[in-house]
Amino acid sequence: MLRLPKFEVRTPESLDAALALLAEFGPDARVIAGGTDLVPNMKHELVTPRIVVSLARIPELRGVGDAGAGWLRLGAMTSLADVAADARVRAQAPALAQAAGLVAGPQLRTMGTLGGNVLLDTRCQWYNQTYFWREALGFCLKKDGTLCHVVEGGSKCVAAASNDTAPALMTLRAELVFVGPQGRRVTPIDDLWLADGAANKKCASDELLVEVRLPPTGPGHRGAYGKLRERASIDFPLLGVATRIELDARGTITDADVVLTALQARPVRVKRAAELLLGVRAEGDAFLAAARAVADQAHRQAHPMPNIPGDAEWRRAMVPVYVRRTLEAAARGAGPVHAV
Amino acid sequence: MRVLHLLINGDRVTVAAPEHWTLLEVLRYELGLTGSKQGCDKGDCGACTVLVDGKPVLACLTLAALCEERAVTTIEGLLPAHVKSGGSGPDPVQAAFDECGALQCGFCQPGMMLSARALLDRNACPTRTEIQDALAGNLCRCTGYTQIVEAVELAVAKHCGVAPRRPGSARPRGRSRPPPRRA
Ligand SMILES: Cc1cc2nc3c(=O)[nH]c(=O)nc-3n(C[C@H](O)[C@H](O)[C@H](O)COP(=O)(O)OP(=O)(O)OC[C@H]3O[C@@H](n4cnc5c(N)ncnc54)[C@H](O)[C@@H]3O)c2cc1C
Ligand code: SF4
Ligand code: FES
Ligand code: FES
Repeated sequence: MLRLPKFEVRTPESLDAALALLAEFGPDARVIAGGTDLVPNMKHELVTPRIVVSLARIPELRGVGDAGAGWLRLGAMTSLADVAADARVRAQAPALAQAAGLVAGPQLRTMGTLGGNVLLDTRCQWYNQTYFWREALGFCLKKDGTLCHVVEGGSKCVAAASNDTAPALMTLRAELVFVGPQGRRVTPIDDLWLADGAANKKCASDELLVEVRLPPTGPGHRGAYGKLRERASIDFPLLGVATRIELDARGTITDADVVLTALQARPVRVKRAAELLLGVRAEGDAFLAAARAVADQAHRQAHPMPNIPGDAEWRRAMVPVYVRRTLEAAARGAGPVHAV
Repeated sequence: MRVLHLLINGDRVTVAAPEHWTLLEVLRYELGLTGSKQGCDKGDCGACTVLVDGKPVLACLTLAALCEERAVTTIEGLLPAHVKSGGSGPDPVQAAFDECGALQCGFCQPGMMLSARALLDRNACPTRTEIQDALAGNLCRCTGYTQIVEAVELAVAKHCGVAPRRPGSARPRGRSRPPPRRA
């Protein structure tokens, strides 16, 4: 039995009321969306807010809609199940629909939100444990302690970014809309991340993520998501791969992007992916050779740590396999790539 | 403490509970509805699955204070709801689990049956793959799942008027099936 530490629950009915609570209680307040990350983390006493501010009663935060000029807006409180099932998302951003559809199991996708997934805390097997467990081992520097159990002598936390939608949103060049005491700010999702597992996002505690915006994609857009895990529905990604390919009318690649997650504290872009795929037709041997070149590049860049489940060497060996398969799936207009 | 006005299995319930309690704690320790099981208590196992507004969620990660004005269904509510809608005896999903012997220790059953009930409410005649996907968030450490999937298929078959396969006669299908032999 895991009991929650004590807190009070507030259910503001407007954005302004929610912001006022965050301003009033500062670091003592914490936002709850679906609660599927926050509640376990509170049970483990990793976060112990005095006030929990629910966004469930703010209707404008939920749902998928048109944002003008072909952009889609996805309210931060839209459930992952709704993101995965939405016809517009599936057509305009297949990699995102696939990634959302592979998060956890059905109950957690019903509860969990897109905003909560973007803002998911990093994960580490020395961190996502009860207070008793962490105390017995010796606290680490992400919470309550001064050393790292993963990197001996390390002074920086390397807990892994583990949110499936983040790499997909990066390949799609999504923008995030935050509101805070200074008003609204729009930021490309690429600029959200910091390479620090203790706090890997530039987002203040008095800010709210209100929506995710997706730019328009054309008929030549292809995208797919690949996910490595041992058990569906419980395991976070041991590796996540999002791919995007843009094709011209003749089926030749005009742009491409590949982003990996669960390897380090932030999602990482595979270097030179576009360069290696540019001008290649998305089929046959030439495409396979180019996809292999991207896979090799991803393998050179990937250095998984022994901080999340799954042998780190195995996870590294799977990087080129999943990159190649996920590129091939995108080219075929298929996906997701998922063996469980 | 906080006074909560909940709607549980069709009944309006007013209950005082600590403000930071989960829905699972309120169900089990205030209302005596111990059918919802406390397994891992952190979102892994699905034993605590209940329906909120008809959709399966994990009661161990749901704050009770956020359930006001929402309809909660627990395993205790399936039979009365079935009788109320004109049926007799347990919900067809429960009857099928019984008929197929789809349990050993039984700990996963309430959650399994609620996930199955929610599936059949939105898709009366699902395929085997759809059944497996809908139950993917409910772990069973005993049965090996075969009889559980067969039980849901039996409930489906009865509902859709198709003759059910004899319980126990189906073998798991899907990837694990050997490829058909070439002539
Ligand atoms: C067993 C299990 C398996 C899981 N598997 C996966 C998986 O495979 N892949 C994966 O990506 N995730 C997984 N998760 C984690 C989680 O379910 C999802 O990431 C989910 O999308 C989190 O969303 P939420 O709405 O529940 O977030 P919450 O828990 O409500 O919030 C998460 C964090 O974001 C903050 N926050 C949320 N919304 C906002 C907002 N609008 N503005 C400001 N701050 C906000 C909260 O304060 C909190 O810090 C799993 C969880 C469990 C328990
Ligand atoms: S990477 Fe090191 S500091 Fe970070 S959570 Fe794990 S053990 Fe703690
Ligand atoms: S008890 Fe809720 S998921 Fe295990
Ligand atoms: S019957 Fe024992 S866990 Fe399923």
